[in-house]
Amino acid sequence: MNRMERRETWVGRSIRRVEDPALVTGRGRFTADLTAAHWVRFVRSPVAAGTIERITAPQGASLITAADLAAVKPIRPMLHKFGYVPVEQPILASEVVRFVGEPIGAVIAASEEEAEDLADCVEVAIAESTAVIRAADALAAGAALVHKNVRGNVIIEARHSTPDFDAARKAAHRRLSVEVRSRRQNAMPLEARGGHATYDPASGRIFFTCSTQTPHLMRTVIADLIGMPESELRVIAPDVGGGFGQKMSLPLEYVVLVWLARKLKSSVAWREDRRENLIASFHSRDQQIRLEGSFDRAGKFVALAADVTANVGAYSCFPTTCAVEPLMGLAELPGPYDIRAYSCVARAVLTHTCPMAPYRGVTRPVITLALERLMDRAAAKLDLDPLEIRRRNLVDRFPYVSATGLVLDEASYRETMELAAATLDVAAFRARQHEGRSQGRFLGLGFATFSERTGYGTPAFAARGMELTPGWEKVELTMDPSGFVEARIGASPHGQGLRTTLAQIIADELAIEPAQIAVVHGDTDRTPYGFGTFASRSLVIAGGAALIAARKVRLKLIKLASHLLEAAPEDVVLEAGNAKVAGTDRLLPIAALARAAYHQAHRFDGEIEPGIMEAATYDPPGTFSNACHAAIVEVDIETGQVGIEKFVVAEDAGRLINPMVVDGQIHGGVAQGIGNALLEEIIYDETGNILTTTLADYLPPTVREIPPIEVHHRETLSEATITGAKGLGEGGAIGAPAAIINAINDALAPFKISIDEIPATPQRIRAALRAAQANA
Amino acid sequence: MTEKIEITLDINGRRHVVRVEPRRTLVDAIRDDCGLTGTHIGCEHGVCGACTVLIGGEPVRSCLMFAVQADRKEIRTVEGLAQGDALHPLQRAFMEHHGLQCGFCTPGFLMLAAGVLEREPEIGDADLIEVLSSNLCRCTGYQNIVKAVRAAAAEMRAK
Repeated sequence: MNRMERRETWVGRSIRRVEDPALVTGRGRFTADLTAAHWVRFVRSPVAAGTIERITAPQGASLITAADLAAVKPIRPMLHKFGYVPVEQPILASEVVRFVGEPIGAVIAASEEEAEDLADCVEVAIAESTAVIRAADALAAGAALVHKNVRGNVIIEARHSTPDFDAARKAAHRRLSVEVRSRRQNAMPLEARGGHATYDPASGRIFFTCSTQTPHLMRTVIADLIGMPESELRVIAPDVGGGFGQKMSLPLEYVVLVWLARKLKSSVAWREDRRENLIASFHSRDQQIRLEGSFDRAGKFVALAADVTANVGAYSCFPTTCAVEPLMGLAELPGPYDIRAYSCVARAVLTHTCPMAPYRGVTRPVITLALERLMDRAAAKLDLDPLEIRRRNLVDRFPYVSATGLVLDEASYRETMELAAATLDVAAFRARQHEGRSQGRFLGLGFATFSERTGYGTPAFAARGMELTPGWEKVELTMDPSGFVEARIGASPHGQGLRTTLAQIIADELAIEPAQIAVVHGDTDRTPYGFGTFASRSLVIAGGAALIAARKVRLKLIKLASHLLEAAPEDVVLEAGNAKVAGTDRLLPIAALARAAYHQAHRFDGEIEPGIMEAATYDPPGTFSNACHAAIVEVDIETGQVGIEKFVVAEDAGRLINPMVVDGQIHGGVAQGIGNALLEEIIYDETGNILTTTLADYLPPTVREIPPIEVHHRETLSEATITGAKGLGEGGAIGAPAAIINAINDALAPFKISIDEIPATPQRIRAALRAAQANA
Repeated sequence: MTEKIEITLDINGRRHVVRVEPRRTLVDAIRDDCGLTGTHIGCEHGVCGACTVLIGGEPVRSCLMFAVQADRKEIRTVEGLAQGDALHPLQRAFMEHHGLQCGFCTPGFLMLAAGVLEREPEIGDADLIEVLSSNLCRCTGYQNIVKAVRAAAAEMRAK
């Protein structure tokens, strides 16, 4: 950053990130950089369902199984709502295995290679039983039960219906349905998971370094399961190579590592390999949504019915539980539209597959796909322009209380849509599309408008009935005697530049430069308790807490200055590193105030507490960002290949703290959404084996699949957040699939087919085209 | 376990004499035996490119090569990209254009681009994109990686 450059505020500027110098020179510190005396390789179930009969280790091998962990509690994530049925997962499978890749043993050796060799020689005898892999099979009458205590394999079935629903539906001018299907995905952070636990002989404590988004939660849950005081465990999240939700949930492997380090009084490490990550970390998005929209003559929604089914795998994840996908669908499905009559049933279905956990966007990429397909289909049926039907339905009065009781704060749903449309020049595109069709070229334009619920505190999580209710964040600010600031945060970034953006917020409040502020995170010994990074919350909530704490420090600096400058506090202003008496030339550098606060406390006559340390928590109600995504695609009808010609995002996440970082978040989210729309799919065979076990089979996009992404901003300042900033970590991933799929359908309109399944691979598109031609 | 072989890895101009099993991959030797952890492992099957290093100036996936194959060859890793305190144009461009977020793929992209641009600074844009499609990034959507590499290429051409 250019230190000479002077602008009014640091907030709103694209300053360079403080994270970068280490990361571009190979000096980043990631979990896998640590070496250990002992290495662990997990022995995993080769079958989807069965009973363990025997586990035999080769001679001389050190193998830990469930019997060794008898004193460690199984996880049993709990939700007190909607009849959720808790299921247990032992840390290592003890009797029954429920998915391919489930850990059933841990081999310990002096090197990673040796551990791997020995694990390959462990003989596992499992009596196989019938596996249910697809949600439909698990729901069938008489289906094998994944857990005996969960009848019909339905772990939760939640319902919501407004009293006027039946009457409104009945009175509608037109009703139509859509059914969308999202295949299973893996968040696939480029750094797979891993942990390194070491025993500290001096204190008797365990220091556990791991790749996680939630270090404090990891400490709580691991200590609870093992039955040790939290104070004996220090969890460190160093640089984390992406997470996107996958690293917010507890990996049971981490419990084994901490347990082993305590038992061996030594260091123990595990590095997840890519195959393990693809088959046995966490999956998501395996959902099916059926909507029935009821409209009046003008194309205005009069009612919406929804049926959401999520295939959530074999167990429930900590802390959100596997109900997070269907419950988010239930609560947020009306989306950005004014829908008063709403009825929804949303269920989570257990199967013999890898457990699901939150992944960027959670259910919203799929509910947005469903709603936006419905809007386009309704527009066609009612002979309306796709933009016009949205115009007539988007919420435009704020605050707006949704049919499920969510409060949509001030936003710009219509404005962002009009902005995206204006950018694209729809009329010119239609002319080009028409001309293309006559030459056998099939171009399409698709829109997706959506709301993104972000930055929500404890009330929102409590409404889900979560036993462990996250929400607030805490920031501690210390100004040291030299005038430099340390901000210790409970939140835990994993690549989104929070050290830079929080420093920008604090710098403005204290009239110092971001370079004088160090943000400390990811170490439970060094930071106050907090929940970490997920749900597009870090900048909103940790940022809010940072602002409140900085205001307290500001007040203290003003008090100190008022004493030393002999002026009334209301006459003291902080400006460019100094405290000044307004209208005079009397000033003191802020660093001199800090020096005095520590080393000349006697000058304050006992009226001001020595030192400068303030803390604040923030627990906001939550807010909604919004955006419109628009895509122009070309479909090659001979191959089924989709090329994206143009992608436009018009978004509104309130105040932009660092526009460069904001754009980066949007780019990354859109790229994941494009992967979701066209490429990425975890595929199981009918026996529950995963066929996509390498990155040559599971296909995240490369630079060739991602077009230039054009981003436009609006900044609606709502009162729902103290900084004015709304969250935006997930929006890119939420809107992109719907925009692309709508564009594909627009391109293929002459064939009268509807592509409603993602990823829309060439095979799926070709199959639909073949079917259409056969019927023609 | 098989017998270890003594090899010399010449990394960033410094010689590391190490004893490795014949099956040890180059990336493991660079990271664990030589302690240079800037080179990352993302997939271990040669797809993601996080482990890209230069051997004799050419980008190579160090997870797909055995350490013994690199014996006495000239290896360059991300730690050897800067000249002392002077960062490589690519390193500066990645910071300037926000070409990284979590930074895990970054060393691989830097070495991939360095290998190509140092040999062929005049490379056309289509070929450059083709080269960059060798590696995976999960954070940036590639937008700013492309920007950064183009900017660095322009600077390197001007020299």
